[in-house]
Amino acid sequence: MGRVARVQLAVILGFVAVLELLTRTGAINRLTLIPPSAMAAHLWKMLVGGELDAPMTQTFANVAIAFALSVALGFAGGVAIHGLPRLRRLSDPLLASYYAVPFFVFYPLLIAVFGLNRWPLIAIGVVFGAAAMAIATLNGLDRVPRVLRKVARAHDLGWAEETFLIVLPAAAPHLFTGLKLSLAYSFIGVVAGEFILSGSGLGHAIAYAYDSFDNPTMYALMLFVVALAIALNATLHVWEQRLLARRRRQ
Amino acid sequence: MTAETGTLRARLSGVTKVFDAGSRQNAVHALGPVDLELSAGEFVTVVGPSGCGKTTLLETLAGLTSPSSGSVTFEGDAVAGKVPRGIGIVFQEDASLPWLTVWDNIAFGLRRLGTPADDIRARVDYAVSFMGLGAFATAFPAQLSGGMRQRVCIARTLVLEPRLILLDEPFGALDQQTRLLMGDEVLRLWRETRATVLLITHAIDEAVMLADRVAIMSARPGRFIEMVETGWPSSRSSRMVEQEAFGRLTAHVWSRLRGEAMKALGRDGEAAGSHHG
Repeated sequence: MGRVARVQLAVILGFVAVLELLTRTGAINRLTLIPPSAMAAHLWKMLVGGELDAPMTQTFANVAIAFALSVALGFAGGVAIHGLPRLRRLSDPLLASYYAVPFFVFYPLLIAVFGLNRWPLIAIGVVFGAAAMAIATLNGLDRVPRVLRKVARAHDLGWAEETFLIVLPAAAPHLFTGLKLSLAYSFIGVVAGEFILSGSGLGHAIAYAYDSFDNPTMYALMLFVVALAIALNATLHVWEQRLLARRRRQ
Repeated sequence: MTAETGTLRARLSGVTKVFDAGSRQNAVHALGPVDLELSAGEFVTVVGPSGCGKTTLLETLAGLTSPSSGSVTFEGDAVAGKVPRGIGIVFQEDASLPWLTVWDNIAFGLRRLGTPADDIRARVDYAVSFMGLGAFATAFPAQLSGGMRQRVCIARTLVLEPRLILLDEPFGALDQQTRLLMGDEVLRLWRETRATVLLITHAIDEAVMLADRVAIMSARPGRFIEMVETGWPSSRSSRMVEQEAFGRLTAHVWSRLRGEAMKALGRDGEAAGSHHG
């Protein structure tokens, strides 16, 4: 573990320790916040008791589907926009202001289109995740050095060979960033959608606990979602760093 | 040098290149007309002011760009739209593939051609050793200096055993000392492969040191204003720079080039004056 990572970990652990101290001493009212150790203990109890099996399965499945669709649609969209200058001129301002649109307001419309099932939530996840992937794909394709395309021509590569042997590997760091962001946005879209609009899933479980004044469950679930998001991001970050280490000057 | 030395390898006849700059701007006449014949086994350097069309000339000869008029042939066949087998190109920019090791970079073209694995191993190992990259075969380009990365690109071209090697200012980003030493490497490669070499450069000393013939180009649109025969032996090296004849030739090339360089800078009046000075 590097020095920066150690400092980051120390800051997080220090923050948790301060919260623990403040909640245990009563400086923070337990109706407002329970000690982190109590959150962890309650979460463990819920996990062991199987209480989270159903919401977890539903949320993870929705996120996985939303992520896969986001990557596929975002990548295809990025490639299309990159290859069609007119489409690019049209879509650039839209992509630049994309995340300013409150997509949750379209949930009723999505229910009308897809029905009262998991697909409106997945659609929200896709709407959030696909743009990140499309933007990253565009960035990656824009930054493939022209000289590498000349290398492809010098080796008489066909379109498919150029794409798979030169363009995609050259754009890989940006595409990887797209994957990372797309996963994060899909996760946010699905969980936030469940929180606000759904009758099931982890997001809904947090909202239900909140409405029921069930602080231990609410905080345990919040801890679970945050820990999950951090774990996913950290895994992808480590993978990304390994990929980039080869390309970075030492 | 070889049995076929003197036979025609490549020819440009009346080649021009005009770039269409779009409906709102005038077209850019970048090159020509130029005529050039490259014989088998000779080393020709092209030197000219910035923006005179040197790279366009190389890319036209390689088949990377089509001429606006005129014809390009390689070993008697028209070069049209694609790089013919037998022509190897080394670019000015770092063209190593950062996701591949040095060894895999060099093997890239051979794998694409479906060369048997044993043959690939033998040829790549030889190229790695020939270019002095033995200790770095498993390294990634990012771990190498600029000069070493350019060696990787040269090796990648070398393993394909090209009969015509085109080098586009391959040492442009390197310091003077490294450039002279890389020049020695290229001369060694030329003697070893017996290929025809066309090297584009803006460095007069490099052009004179390396070449059998130095082609001097005018300011844009680039045309050949003189072809200088150096008369160097094929065993030449960077030690040529110590010789008096090298100084004379370099001075001569500069005297022809200075006016063109001034024109390229937009100082035509001074350029005209310099011819009489």
